[in-house]
Amino acid sequence: MASTLALHVNGREVEIHADDPDMPLLYALRDELGLHGPRFGCGLGQCGACTVHVDGKPVRACVTPLSALSAGQSVLTLEGLGTPERPHKIQQAFIDEQAVQCGYCINGMIMQSAALLETQPSPSESDIRAALAHNLCRCGTHQRIIRAVARAART
Amino acid sequence: MNQMLSRRSLLQAAGALVVSFTLVPRGAEAKSVAADEVDAFLAIDTQGLVTVYSGKVDLGTGVRTALTQIAAEELDVPLARVTVIEGDTALTPDQGPTYGSLSIQNGGMQIRRAAATARAALLRLAATRLGVPEADLLTADGAVRPRAGGEGIGYGALIGAGGFALKLDKDAPAKSPASYRVVGTSVARLDIPDKVTGRFTFMQDVRVEGMVHARVVRPPALGATLLEVDEASVQAIPGMIKVVRVGNFLAVVAESEWGAIRAARALKARWSDWDGLPEQARLWEHVRATKVVKDDVTSNVGDAPAALAAGAKRLAATYDFPIHTHGSIGPSCAVAELRDGQLTVWTASQMTHALRKQIAAMLGMKSDDVRCIYVEGAGCYGRNGHEDAAGDAALLARETGRPVRVQWSRADEHGWDPKGPPTLIDLAGALDADGSVTAWQSNFFIPQGAAGNVPLVAAELAGLAHETAMAPGNIIQNSALPYAFPAIRTVCHRLETTPFRPSWIRTPGRMQNTYANECFLDELAAAAGADPIALRRRYLKDPRGLELIERLVALSRWQPRPSPAGGQTGAVQRGRGVSYVKYELVRTYIGAVAEVEVDRASGTIHVARVFVAHDCGQIINPDGLRNQIEGNVIQTVSRVLKEELTFDRSAVTSLDWASYPILTFPEAPEVVIDLIDRPAEKPWGAGEPSAAVIPAAISNAVFDATGVRLRSVPYTPARVKAALGTI
Repeated sequence: MASTLALHVNGREVEIHADDPDMPLLYALRDELGLHGPRFGCGLGQCGACTVHVDGKPVRACVTPLSALSAGQSVLTLEGLGTPERPHKIQQAFIDEQAVQCGYCINGMIMQSAALLETQPSPSESDIRAALAHNLCRCGTHQRIIRAVARAART
Repeated sequence: MNQMLSRRSLLQAAGALVVSFTLVPRGAEAKSVAADEVDAFLAIDTQGLVTVYSGKVDLGTGVRTALTQIAAEELDVPLARVTVIEGDTALTPDQGPTYGSLSIQNGGMQIRRAAATARAALLRLAATRLGVPEADLLTADGAVRPRAGGEGIGYGALIGAGGFALKLDKDAPAKSPASYRVVGTSVARLDIPDKVTGRFTFMQDVRVEGMVHARVVRPPALGATLLEVDEASVQAIPGMIKVVRVGNFLAVVAESEWGAIRAARALKARWSDWDGLPEQARLWEHVRATKVVKDDVTSNVGDAPAALAAGAKRLAATYDFPIHTHGSIGPSCAVAELRDGQLTVWTASQMTHALRKQIAAMLGMKSDDVRCIYVEGAGCYGRNGHEDAAGDAALLARETGRPVRVQWSRADEHGWDPKGPPTLIDLAGALDADGSVTAWQSNFFIPQGAAGNVPLVAAELAGLAHETAMAPGNIIQNSALPYAFPAIRTVCHRLETTPFRPSWIRTPGRMQNTYANECFLDELAAAAGADPIALRRRYLKDPRGLELIERLVALSRWQPRPSPAGGQTGAVQRGRGVSYVKYELVRTYIGAVAEVEVDRASGTIHVARVFVAHDCGQIINPDGLRNQIEGNVIQTVSRVLKEELTFDRSAVTSLDWASYPILTFPEAPEVVIDLIDRPAEKPWGAGEPSAAVIPAAISNAVFDATGVRLRSVPYTPARVKAALGTI
């Protein structure tokens, strides 16, 4: 059944039209709104590449059906966090540490650690490792990512 | 229509990025892609902006930045004036697939030669224009200037809108490495700002005007035949366009991506049974029983069988390395459009020029009517599903008449990308009474074939033209040794078949072979009561290799003593292990020391730290190189501790990250690197070599910690506990 859902996405009011309320948020963000930050990695909530914030909390957009959201909720994606011209301090830290290889997982790394720093501004290395324990990176960029999050926490 | 697509730009349309084109006439104006012509590799416009055309592509390794550095350096232009276009069959020369750690070593050096030839030509042009001898001129900052000072002429003004019309000149004077300003420095990766802010366009983000979405529906068993499809089962799905069936190739096409996903899940199809895979529990018996079609003797020194028989102490061991999947975080994706008889395929393929021919053959088209355009995808680490997704999209573009995007699911990627084949290695060696190694004999059981085109899944399933030979990569490499023992015989028994469609995964063969060699050498060292590094030094005659070992000893603060360490009574035992290789015995030198902690109760191995000494000759970008080495180490720790494809008699069963786990953040080791830079030497590859030494360094460290030798990857807690229980 077709439905319309009004959301705030990256500070902008948008109407999501979907013919299936079970459609995951990820496809609305990528296919309806043309966003590139949230990525399809597994569709199973296992890898974290699709992570966005809903009302400030990190969620896996690939397993969050539109029906689980309500009108007026706020969605923040990597694009909403910052831009190449005005990066968020975590994005800047990832640039400073060159904490990217292919970069496909990086959306999830940044969104998850942005949420971590909101609740825990000065995490230890093991806190960072634990916070990212369910975000997968295949290129082996782990050490740089940990350093980037620690750097952002200091900034 | 006698036109070709020559340029793409990204347009903001309806909130989504849409790829579009400028059409230019084909023929005299077509850009050169001949790999012996300067114009194939670079162009300078009237503003002095440089475009480099690279057949080698950035697979997420940072090589685009390194190639930009090489071109900017050799041309003497600022980095910001250089743009690199990658892997577009209409625009870039065929420099071979992006594999084998050759992008800098071969691809970059072709670009360097093109740039050196161009710079020499610019000097000649300026000499004529200014009426002064070339020797009185220099190049700097995108211009030719008199050495004595005064007005120069910018490259844009010198070459204008025309090309160089020159062959690559191998004698064109290259810049002295001593004068380098850009090469050898850690230039920040050009792609990172866009990648950390969501502005980057990955393959999975490509949208084409009028595009529809498809999902493939793979057989539940690898060799099953499609018996019946119930198209009515998906008719009610909104936006459903059609079910495509060509032989055993089955797909659904819908207006929206979610519609295609729903249709793929809902489609009712009946397939025949097929159970042609071996029993996983008996995989190694299966490998050993597979018909050998030829033997490759990769080294033969002295009389190894006789020396073995005469040894005072003889050792024998068997090592095995399982089937691995590439495990890209982003499943494969491609977009294809067939218009006026011209097929365009956007693909993350590491080999667009070869793919173009494969797709043309599959569809019965001329190669000239197919254009493959590289768009960066998730890291692939070898030949994964990217090419197959391109084949799917091409076939579906033909069958639907619309531009089609094919996105593989996680299960498609884990289940259907080609696999790194299983490797089984028997080794035997002998020591004399004083602990000298007198004989070495090894037998590798590996599939036949070399690098080449891996057949496309779509072509196989649809019964269309495709290759039949296996292409696992050049997997006999590093079966021979870098050590000078008096009697050596190393033989690769090439098997007629292997259970899954094989391809190369990072460090193919070199990893498995080095694993067995460097572990077994450690076994000999232990049997001789020798320090593992001392034994290696004794038989290593290559000064550059010995220097690398020196650096590794210093880096890791190696204390000479035999393994195992012994005397550890706690619940956690610690050890260190070393491994060394000269990649393919002709290039990059790498040594690693791993430090591990083994929890005896749980059987968990924690690789705490890995030291790597690395000599790949001239370094283009030190931080980029470190990033690659760190990735090699961590990815290989994952492969060694955790990874193994699982399957039943019909298909792969490890179809997600729960059933095919990879290393997580709490488990990732620290990586400590010493780069040996040799600016005056050739630059060698670094994308793979340091992965080769990691498995043996871990196994040897576990032996050092526990006295137990692990010979079967992966070292899962269950296996470790079983092995520890056998002491």
